[in-house]
Amino acid sequence: MWQALVRWFHRWTSPKIFYQISRPWIFWSSVAAIAILAVALTWGLVFAPVERLQGNSYRIIFIHVPSAFLSQAIYLAIAIMGLVGLVWRIKLAFYAAKQCIPIGASMALLALVTGAIWGKPTWGTWWVWDARLTSMLVLLFLYLGLWALHNAMERQETGDRAAAILALVGVVNLPIIKFSVVWWNTLHQPATLKLTQAPPMHISMLIPFLMAIVGFYLAALAWGLSRTRLEILQREPNARWVREELDQLGSAR
Amino acid sequence: MGVFESFSDFMAMDGHGIYVWLSYAVATAVIVFNIVSPRLLRNRLISEHKRRLRREQR
Repeated sequence: MWQALVRWFHRWTSPKIFYQISRPWIFWSSVAAIAILAVALTWGLVFAPVERLQGNSYRIIFIHVPSAFLSQAIYLAIAIMGLVGLVWRIKLAFYAAKQCIPIGASMALLALVTGAIWGKPTWGTWWVWDARLTSMLVLLFLYLGLWALHNAMERQETGDRAAAILALVGVVNLPIIKFSVVWWNTLHQPATLKLTQAPPMHISMLIPFLMAIVGFYLAALAWGLSRTRLEILQREPNARWVREELDQLGSAR
Repeated sequence: MGVFESFSDFMAMDGHGIYVWLSYAVATAVIVFNIVSPRLLRNRLISEHKRRLRREQR
């Protein structure tokens, strides 16, 4: 059982095999993401009841929280893949880590912008320099720093290693984001979802909320896999199968 | 429709419409970015590959 699992994992670490077996994963996660997000956001916008204190502005939660969750989860994934790349010298981990950066950065930006828009009617201001907002801004800057490091290096392998180290150092920011609403006095409301408590949300809001989170994760999975496939083609242009694949992609267009 | 009395009620969202719709517009832009930017990378890789093939034939 364990050996079968290890063998399955090892298949995924070979760029060529990854390229082949990731294709159906992209297809099915895209289909599921579109279906789930369509239901979740329609439900959230049209059918979920109005919130007692915040009125209709709370409907921003259906994109704000999923994008904030994802921006942190993707960062953690980049750091773990960087560690895997540094320790076990698995090239594919570096490729995937690099291509996750734009996705994570766009999610951090989305969380910040929707938070600012939500802040205006709720707090009366677009922005405050409090712990939660500032640590999320630091997360966005970490993403931009990772991307800049990749582009600054002459050799891509150096960029991989430098970005992996920065990603690992930056992990310290994740608990700061998570506990910022507990450790400091902040305008930002505390976490809505806690593992130890029942959510303080009516079921008719909770279901589309959880669905939106799942939908965003599935979309990010599809984007991450397809970007990693492109990174393989870009990094290994001399492999025969890569040249054949590019021939085929070029002639299909 | 839904919890709203009419479509114009839905758009207005009791005065919060501008905030809600602006947020969803930004979300749409981010989703479009994530779909379009890999397409552009893919097209660039294909044209680089074609250029390289032409160079090698000469």
